[in-house]
Amino acid sequence: MVEHGDIRVVHCGGSKINFRDPVITHDSRFLLCASGEAVKVFSTSTEECIHELRGHTGLVTGVLLRPSNHLQVYSSSLDGTLRLWDFTDGILIKVGQRFQLVAVHLPQSGDQMVEAQELSAVLSGVNPNPAAIAFGRGVRTCRHKDNKKGGWNTFTCVACHPKDDCIATGHEDGKIRLWRNFNHKKEYTYSTLHWHHSTVSSLCFTPEGTNLLSGGVESVLVQWRYNQESERDFLPRLGGAITHITVSPDGSLFCTSHSDNKITIIQSCVKVSAVIQGLVKGDSIRTDLMMDPRSKALVLNGKPGHLQFYSLQRDKLLYNLDIVQQEYIHESGLQQFEVVKAAFDASGSWLATVEERHQKAAELELNLKLWAFDEQTQSFVLNTTISAPHDAQITAMCFCQPTDSQTTLLVSTSKDGHFKAWQLAAPAHTEGPSWLCDFVSAYHGLVPECCSFSADGSLLAVVFQEVVTVWSPSTWELLTTLSQPPGAVSDLCFGRLSCSKYLLGTTASNLLCWNLLTCSLEWTTSMDVRRLVADPLSENMAAFCYQSGSTDLFVFKPSEPRPLFSHKAVCSGKVTQAVFAPREEMLESCEESSQWLNRSQLYFLTQQMVNNISTSAEEKQNENVAMTPFYLLLGKHRQQQQEHQDSDSSLWAERTLLQTPAHVLPSTSYLCSMFVQSLLISVSDAREEKAHAEEEMESEKEEEDSEEEMESSRSKPELAAAAATESDTPALTKAQARELRRVRKLDHSWLAGLLDS
Amino acid sequence: MASFKPTKIQVYPKLGEKVTQDTLYWKNYKAPVQIKEFGAVTSIDFSPVTPHNFAVTAFTRIHIYGPFSQEPVKSFTRFKDTAYCGRFRSDGQLLVAGCEDSVVRLFDVSGKVALRLFKGHTKAVHLTDFTSDRYQILTGSDDYTCRLWDIPNATELTTYTEHTDYIRCGVTSKLNRDLFITGSYDHTVKLFDARVEKSVITMDHGQPVESVLLYPSEGLLVSAGGRHVKVWDLLKGGQPLVSLKNHHKTVTSLALSSNGQRLLSASLDRHVKVYNTTNYKVVHNFDYAASILSLGLAPDDASIVVGMTNSILSIKHRKNQEDSKEIAGQQRRRPSYRVFVKGKNYVPKQDDYLVSKPVKEHLAKYDKQLQRFNVSKALDTALGTYIRFRKPEITVAVIKELDRRGTLKNALAGRDERGLSQLLNFIIGNLVDARFTPVLVTAAEMILDIYQSVIGQSPVVDRQLLRLQDLVKREIEFQKDLLEVLGMLDTMFASSLPRKEVPCSGHFEKERCKF
Repeated sequence: MVEHGDIRVVHCGGSKINFRDPVITHDSRFLLCASGEAVKVFSTSTEECIHELRGHTGLVTGVLLRPSNHLQVYSSSLDGTLRLWDFTDGILIKVGQRFQLVAVHLPQSGDQMVEAQELSAVLSGVNPNPAAIAFGRGVRTCRHKDNKKGGWNTFTCVACHPKDDCIATGHEDGKIRLWRNFNHKKEYTYSTLHWHHSTVSSLCFTPEGTNLLSGGVESVLVQWRYNQESERDFLPRLGGAITHITVSPDGSLFCTSHSDNKITIIQSCVKVSAVIQGLVKGDSIRTDLMMDPRSKALVLNGKPGHLQFYSLQRDKLLYNLDIVQQEYIHESGLQQFEVVKAAFDASGSWLATVEERHQKAAELELNLKLWAFDEQTQSFVLNTTISAPHDAQITAMCFCQPTDSQTTLLVSTSKDGHFKAWQLAAPAHTEGPSWLCDFVSAYHGLVPECCSFSADGSLLAVVFQEVVTVWSPSTWELLTTLSQPPGAVSDLCFGRLSCSKYLLGTTASNLLCWNLLTCSLEWTTSMDVRRLVADPLSENMAAFCYQSGSTDLFVFKPSEPRPLFSHKAVCSGKVTQAVFAPREEMLESCEESSQWLNRSQLYFLTQQMVNNISTSAEEKQNENVAMTPFYLLLGKHRQQQQEHQDSDSSLWAERTLLQTPAHVLPSTSYLCSMFVQSLLISVSDAREEKAHAEEEMESEKEEEDSEEEMESSRSKPELAAAAATESDTPALTKAQARELRRVRKLDHSWLAGLLDS
Repeated sequence: MASFKPTKIQVYPKLGEKVTQDTLYWKNYKAPVQIKEFGAVTSIDFSPVTPHNFAVTAFTRIHIYGPFSQEPVKSFTRFKDTAYCGRFRSDGQLLVAGCEDSVVRLFDVSGKVALRLFKGHTKAVHLTDFTSDRYQILTGSDDYTCRLWDIPNATELTTYTEHTDYIRCGVTSKLNRDLFITGSYDHTVKLFDARVEKSVITMDHGQPVESVLLYPSEGLLVSAGGRHVKVWDLLKGGQPLVSLKNHHKTVTSLALSSNGQRLLSASLDRHVKVYNTTNYKVVHNFDYAASILSLGLAPDDASIVVGMTNSILSIKHRKNQEDSKEIAGQQRRRPSYRVFVKGKNYVPKQDDYLVSKPVKEHLAKYDKQLQRFNVSKALDTALGTYIRFRKPEITVAVIKELDRRGTLKNALAGRDERGLSQLLNFIIGNLVDARFTPVLVTAAEMILDIYQSVIGQSPVVDRQLLRLQDLVKREIEFQKDLLEVLGMLDTMFASSLPRKEVPCSGHFEKERCKF
């Protein structure tokens, strides 16, 4: 099997944004938060992601504004580096190599700003009880208290009053304690505030110290008046449990991050002004990954009782569809309704969802809901609710595929041993059409595990453990049974287009392919396929196999014995959810190995995030996507030059000249002629050259006063190219790069002058 | 910040029959007027002229009732034996009736003594009718003959002896004076033509014919006998059109609604069924207390009159439009329209700045209490008298919501004797309702858990607990019986389904499937 270098796995979104506290900038215009291996900069007014500060190779563990320059931000990461960014432009300024960083905190005591060298005092390895660390004046005493009070009354969070000698601590029993007089040893007093019924997870003082904000599992933001603790304001129903609270430096904006991967921006504790929502990953993804045929959004279950529509192109949550339509009770240990299954029909006009709630000692509550797409409101509207559609849990559900057929059909299989067909009944005289049960059947009392319709909707295959039964949906006759013991069939898929006569199934150890014309096994191969996905637009199928700790991907056509593509170790761990997403425009790639990606993209979900398999050609295309007027003016110019320089290797010559130690170089006279020659080739147009020379004279002057300013238009692409080629070698430090540039420019201008004369 | 989502009240499908135009129409009758007659009511006939009096034949009497009076307007009592089949002439002036003593009597509706006596039959006469020219009488008798008589001379014109059993029913054509139809216990219905003096069409009903009915157009004939009601197409020479078998005892009487759209059949199984005459589906059903022998429908369906074997005559009058209006008029006077539109029809001017008012969401009282986590109060509200009796689904929904929130135990606990007995009353009343059982069983178990320590302290609660125990025991027995029936049905279905071999091919297949 051949490895294909040009196809690779791309992480395309869905990383956590609630991992660490977000940071609001001084002017309250931006919000920065750690998100996977990048730092995201959001606008607080439009909720849009403005920049993604990429560069870390490990999980970003902390984000902090630089106290001396309010336009710069530090980020720490598990890769052991500390990076300084200019977040308004999204540029990396500095990289600091450190040991593994778990968190960054900059103390800010009173009116004295702590300088950057204090970074060396960054605490590594915050202990499992993060509450034990407070900063500034309170560190020691706080630790002391922890020892004394621990056990029954654990700290969960801590906050220091910005002006007074006061520390607020949140506790597991829902109480908040305000500790005063720390400067006088052993004379401290404390008072208790109690509103939360369970753990206080975050505390924060406003910058002026007039208010204390607290939040917990209840998802209620409580604002306590400092010194008038009986007065408090509430902001209820913010979403998931509150994990972090931050306040903007001027105190106008509050910002809460929630356990459902959401950041809420609140204006002066009364109004929610913006919601930044990431991909919600609850305890488990119960529904399959699906594509909404209309919006091309990825659909999966999100926050409890909701179905989320997530746009992968923009890495943004489009909307949450409330399936359960019940008040969510924020209490741990409570059994809630959860969306466990969902299915779209081919045209996207119907959505079927199953929600269940299983309580001990009570029977299973199960609801099947069918949603119709409303053209006017552009959203799904509840059409039919079927309570208790089956006696036991529903194992699979699928719609009849063809778009042209008159009747829409839904089949659900359940652990009670039955599978049922639901049909859209003719409209009654008063109400619109609604769904009714059309057919119920069972097979020898076995439990049906999954079901699938053929591409034209003429056959229905239902798996009963080891037996695949094939039914005709028009007459509900059992046509044939297929089986290949041993091993229960776990996944089932019909071939498409030219391969529609094949039916594929997976067992724990084999991948099976039946020919439906002869009702016999066509081929079988021994692999542990965890997930089988069919491309809706071509014959291709993708199989994810789990093998010794990592997952392999095979793409094949059922009719051909050789796989089209295989990729060993796509990711570590198991892939249980994957989906083919049709492309909006077909890609024209002639390479055989990547042709299977021409019509659709393959997305799969790992433990951490959503991944996409893409080709190198596609990458290029993505770069060229933004066709702004600016791009037309500058971009083409830049491209031309880039090609130019790549071809003549002047860059290479310059670098060898500058980087090689002087004592190993040949004589200067020899080098000079070679160097001049290289420049002669690179600059073909004399007039253009002149213009550049003038430009550079100006830019040099500018560079003297603004060091952060980037170079002139001429030198910029060079640097970019240099960075691109050197990305694998240790990157040059900023200072080195600047020095190099200066030296190069000096040489260049001098030589240009020489040439002119 | 999302708003509070109110408790979802489950909408249950309405049990029982669906509300259609027909049910609305046929339910729009007042409570029946019941009149005790002297014997079984065998025949009811409405006068064709206003005020549409009707003649009721029961035992040895014929009573004529007015449209509204509950007392007979007139009685004919000069029968020596049981009278049969009192019928009006088309002008409503004359009435003819047969008798067990084989004599046919003709009365003037205003007189008392019979105008004419027709003697000639040798056995009881069950069928009498006027022909459409109003000068002849048709009679049918238990001596297997039917005869035509001339009214002015009181002489017999013709005798037909084609039937081989009792003649119990018949009808004359309203359009042709020479045509009449008789139904007999020899299972046939015959159409006679007086011009050729013999039957022209014979239809085999299959059972002894109890009643026949002609459509106003006289193209279709309806016959009833045994459990069947059959419709025949006379224009196609007596071809059977449709056979209805909706009763489970003998159908005794037929009637047609005044516009010819609905057919009514009455039976010994105590039901009157209403059929749609386009598709012959049953659209409505009336229940009566005893086996029905005769059925009459007033013109414009103004009243339904039914005579039963227990000698009760039941009259249902149609509700008037004025009556329903009166009920509407009694309602409390609402504030005038002006009050509601006040200020709402103001059109904003050009420079006006429109301040939109936030729409205030209305929440039910129990929802407001749930929002504040006042769980006991929410349950109390849901157990209020009106909700408990009129909308038990709301009470059940609130209990379910409390259970979902994990606070049902708190809400149930801490009740005094009155509160607890109220709660138990509700549970006893609704526990066996299949829609509410899953929720209420949980609640009942919790109540037993909470209050087991105080059992024996209050006689009221103890009595209710015993009732609950009894109820559960009975329900379990009932369910057991139902399961047994289900098992029996399963075996019957399994044996009745044809065995079918599933086409199998391919040597991989180890398993064969049989139904």
